[in-house]
Amino acid sequence: MTLSAADRKLRGESRWGTFALGVITWLVAALFFFPVFWMVLNSFKTELDANTRPKLFFEPTLDRWQAVTESIQGVLTFDTAFFNSFLIVIISTLLVLVLAIPAAYALSIYPIKAWRDALFFFISTKFLPVVAAILPLWILAKELGLLNTHLVLIILYTAMNLPLAVWMLRSFFGEVPRELIEAAQMDGTGLYGQIKDVMLPIVAPGVAATALLCFIFAWNEFFLAVQLNPVEGSTVPVWVSTNVTTRGNFMAKLSAASTLAVLPVVIAGWIAQKRMIRGLSMGAIK
Amino acid sequence: MAEVKYLEATRIYPGTDKPAVDRLSLTVEDGEFLVLVGPSGSGKSTALRMLAGLEACDEGSIWIGDRDVTLVQPKDRDVAMVFQSYALYPHMTVAQNIGFPLKQQKVPRAEREKQVLEAARILDLVEYLDRKPKQLSGGQRQRVAMGRAIVRQPQVFLMDEPLSNLDAKLRVQTRAELADLQARLGVTTVYVTHDQVEAMTMGHRVAILDYGVMQQVATPGELYRHPANLFVAGFIGSPAMNLIATTVEGGSVVFGTEHVELDPAVARAVADGGAADIKLGVRPQGLSLGTTGVPAKVVVVEELGSETFVFVELEHLGRTTRIRVRADADYHVSRGDQTHVRVLGPVHVFGADGSRLRNASEVEG
Repeated sequence: MTLSAADRKLRGESRWGTFALGVITWLVAALFFFPVFWMVLNSFKTELDANTRPKLFFEPTLDRWQAVTESIQGVLTFDTAFFNSFLIVIISTLLVLVLAIPAAYALSIYPIKAWRDALFFFISTKFLPVVAAILPLWILAKELGLLNTHLVLIILYTAMNLPLAVWMLRSFFGEVPRELIEAAQMDGTGLYGQIKDVMLPIVAPGVAATALLCFIFAWNEFFLAVQLNPVEGSTVPVWVSTNVTTRGNFMAKLSAASTLAVLPVVIAGWIAQKRMIRGLSMGAIK
Repeated sequence: MAEVKYLEATRIYPGTDKPAVDRLSLTVEDGEFLVLVGPSGSGKSTALRMLAGLEACDEGSIWIGDRDVTLVQPKDRDVAMVFQSYALYPHMTVAQNIGFPLKQQKVPRAEREKQVLEAARILDLVEYLDRKPKQLSGGQRQRVAMGRAIVRQPQVFLMDEPLSNLDAKLRVQTRAELADLQARLGVTTVYVTHDQVEAMTMGHRVAILDYGVMQQVATPGELYRHPANLFVAGFIGSPAMNLIATTVEGGSVVFGTEHVELDPAVARAVADGGAADIKLGVRPQGLSLGTTGVPAKVVVVEELGSETFVFVELEHLGRTTRIRVRADADYHVSRGDQTHVRVLGPVHVFGADGSRLRNASEVEG
């Protein structure tokens, strides 16, 4: 939409003010984007180019991409790490949704008296730094024979994301008019039908946003993975860190690995973008 | 189709000690259109939701036909409800919305489509079947909500202010259509509204609630002619009845400088109960302006075209009292004019407890 001078005046905007705001926005965006850009750029350089004075112009090579995706016997390789990550992250995200949707539904539609306390309890589980819990977690995992398994990370990532998912979904469910659920009841729908046929189709963007966040958090998780599952069964963030060596230069190789690691999240985010924005702003606009 | 019975039904919301609905006893006949009316907070919606099963019944019981449904879940009560906001499912088309209750009953697809089309035809919605609710106007949405209710042929229709989101003209039109539809289908209907005109024009009988207590249940004419108490007298009738604090002297009631002769039964009741805190009730239609009667000054003139309502101030028991008088459309007065008010009747007299004193014909009847 183009605005006339009168429109701008009416809104209290000046042409220069709008222009300055635009410039600042672009500068801030560039500032945030630059490290990512530099990482991608580095991944196409030779180690020599990447480690000498910052170069914008160089001869691009796919050499480091090749090196980073090569399989080496006995080491966590690219394909194993990605397979593990997808397996663990997708299963844990699905588990989170399966558990969080009924919980959030109950808390928003049929709240117990102490629903605030229940919600606070959920979030309070995130107060404790993970590092403080790692020793008991490690001992438990060892006793149960879960060290170096996919299962231990699936359980922990589900537990880690569950409070967040319940909180998010509860507020999305809260946006759905109560009368719709009552209408469904009057129309002869049981609890399962109320969730499946009425609630979920309406809050689908919210569920998509929640699932994406859970996916991202689980995908990025490093600490638990490196402590409980450091070897063959481990995930992409651990694999990225294995490209840091004490011998020789590794900046270009690490950049290639990092670029590969963020790629699935970027793609998932890009696909979900439209839905997600609608989901995140659902509370703001009636 | 069935009879609906509330037996001493009471709802006390958790955290409050005053009941929202207080020992409501009411029978709705099979096929009757009963309107629950009252100001906001009177418990009328709560009473309806208790019948729907959306609110618990803390004491007493509720019956549909010969079945005690007090503890039956909403989905198993076989009642359909139209909500004030219509509560249409936004992600479904009109056809899916109307067919949803049938889908829940596992009605086969072909049969379902036939019934949806039938309902759409009754409600003039056939050309909108593929649209989503947000692509419809308010009146169309209201009809979809109706369609969802009628398609399953329930025992009872419940309607919670279904017309209050429509504009004034459409409301009047839909009012008549709704009443006609109910008469054709012959389904027992309980209808909630705060609008007394809606109540009077639609209901076979009207039940009036205030603070959760039922004040009176009767036909519209009966409510208008014989209101049970001050609340009903003030609530029913537009414009409202003039209610004037007064006293009784020797078998007649004081109105300004005049005395209005009382019905013998009323006079006896006043004599027995004492003349303190008596209120005289007379509708604007029961008064007239002219050259005889109580001297008064015109304050406000409301011309409605077909008739005129005139607010006048007169001296009554030493105080300036403002009352409303109906005048013919061709009767011209303006603010500041001096005039006289005459009582044509009927007059109602309300005792100290607010209830109307019954006249001789009612006492005998």
